Amino acid sequence: MSYKLINLENITKSYEGQRVLDNLNLYIRENEFLTLLGPSGCGKTTTLRIIGGFESPDSGRVIFDGQDITNLAPNKRQLNTVFQKYALFTHMSIAENIAFGLKIKGKSQEYIKDKIKYALKLVNLEGYEHRSPASLSGGQQQRIAIARAIVNEPKVLLLDEPLGALDLKLRQDMQYELIRLKNELGITFIYVTHDQEEALTMSDTIVVMNQGYIQQIGTPEDIYNEPQNAFVADFIGDSNIIDGVMLEDRLVKILGAKFPCVDTGFGRNKPVDVVIRPEDIDLVKPKKGIITGRVTNLIFRGVHYEMDVEAGGYTWLVHSTDMVPVGEEVGIWVDPFDIQIMNKPESVHEEAVSVEE
Amino acid sequence: MKNKSRFLAAPFTVWAVGFTIIPLLIVIYYAFTDNETGGFTLSNLAEISSPENMKALALALLLSVVSTAICLILAYPLAMILAQKSVNQTSFIVLIFILPMWMNFLLRTLAWQTLLEKNGVINSVLSFLHLPALEIINTPGAIILGMVYNFLPFMVLPIYNVMIKIDKDVVNAARDLGANPLQTLTRILIPLSLPGIISGITMVFIPSLTTFVISSMLGGSKILLIGNVIEQEFQQTNNYHVGSGLSLVLMLFILFSMAVTAKYDKDGEGSLF
Repeated sequence: MSYKLINLENITKSYEGQRVLDNLNLYIRENEFLTLLGPSGCGKTTTLRIIGGFESPDSGRVIFDGQDITNLAPNKRQLNTVFQKYALFTHMSIAENIAFGLKIKGKSQEYIKDKIKYALKLVNLEGYEHRSPASLSGGQQQRIAIARAIVNEPKVLLLDEPLGALDLKLRQDMQYELIRLKNELGITFIYVTHDQEEALTMSDTIVVMNQGYIQQIGTPEDIYNEPQNAFVADFIGDSNIIDGVMLEDRLVKILGAKFPCVDTGFGRNKPVDVVIRPEDIDLVKPKKGIITGRVTNLIFRGVHYEMDVEAGGYTWLVHSTDMVPVGEEVGIWVDPFDIQIMNKPESVHEEAVSVEE
Repeated sequence: MKNKSRFLAAPFTVWAVGFTIIPLLIVIYYAFTDNETGGFTLSNLAEISSPENMKALALALLLSVVSTAICLILAYPLAMILAQKSVNQTSFIVLIFILPMWMNFLLRTLAWQTLLEKNGVINSVLSFLHLPALEIINTPGAIILGMVYNFLPFMVLPIYNVMIKIDKDVVNAARDLGANPLQTLTRILIPLSLPGIISGITMVFIPSLTTFVISSMLGGSKILLIGNVIEQEFQQTNNYHVGSGLSLVLMLFILFSMAVTAKYDKDGEGSLF
């Protein structure tokens, strides 16, 4: 688990003068499920294509298993890709699609036959050998694309938004399917998506990217609970990001009210960004909270209610299983350990940029 | 609704009946009737078996096969490169290709005649450089040159049309699965672009096989293709019956190549129009 299988060193890439990746450094451990997560145009797909060999970086190196593969052709790399729009060979049957890589490598008929059977079983599409790709649904085509890649026994499987074209239910099923596949195969998955829920569900490690820079690397729990900057906090889940002043250790002033927190070491009277997740806000009786406000909007979201609370000149987003009617006066209470304090961005690449969704 | 759309097709129907079907019936009538007596005969069709006509047909087949092959060799890599570029970059190259088509076909061929003549532009330049003059005009080579020059766009466009529809990730997938560039070409690109290739071949082969203008302008009077023979029957001998008979035989060759096209191009993807 700890062996660094892939190392990206100082990767820079521009398209027509526009910088897509800027001095990117990243390592991928053996057998991990790593997700590159970010809005469109953040450079995640370019990173994947550089690993796959379909793009070459302007500068920097790609190290695979100790070897520099920066300029190696895609057909010579020990990894396989599952493309966004499946990219099945429409002039071949399902069996021929899966056999493609093996035939090129000159494997025996028997071996290929066994492998096709094994791969179709793995993706739950047994008996589909002689169908044509066009006769399959999107989800089935995607599974064939996965089967076609994994029969080659790659060390790493690259997946470029593979579930992007599927509907919600199928997408969720395929998430579990991918986790199962990953565990059965015991290989490294590098997964690209803009869907934070997908990333949180499946990954061992999430790499949040924006505008060609890595914003944060961590486990799903780290990324969600301890976002390092406002961009990550905003991109992963919903959050209230409020300007605050760190008065002293363990005390932050937000919107004129003093909130106890657990963060230390910021110094005195330091301007900071404060992140509070909507589900971490408790609505209590007026005067019982730290700050008092009024409910202005209420939406039922199934598991919880989503409420807007106007307090201190800011619209707080609140998720709660308890409903408070619109117009009611409420107090806002946040437990100290649910308040996340972040330094204001200093350098350009930390700057929180608007999230396209 | 259905009746209305039929009504809209009326102008074309009139056109097709007047200028395609009726003339075709006239050709068939002439082909099967005798010049002198007007009675039914197969001798007009049998004219094809005379040594001169067989020679003209064989030469026409040979030259059109060669020029179709040259067009394919020139067009396929070009279409492949064009399809990989973005539309902005390609529009200029496509324009260069289509530009000659804006000029009249006869003028273009006439221009080649001037260029290739014994005392034409090319030989003037060669003699200026003290190089021996070339005998290009009135050779089969000159006819092939004219065919390729005139019909090349008809090969490029259908192949290009099919090629741009091929998802680039399909090519990437082949490479990803271990195929080298040559294997990717033979196993993925060529099979997927086959409809365009077949369509391009038909669109170059048929006009090459039937041309008489290119061969008479660039081949002189010595080299006769089947098109020239038919033209002479109509224009010089005034024997409409034999001319029609030979036309009908030639049409069989064309129908045959169309049948081959239809067999491969099931989806009609490669059609230019």
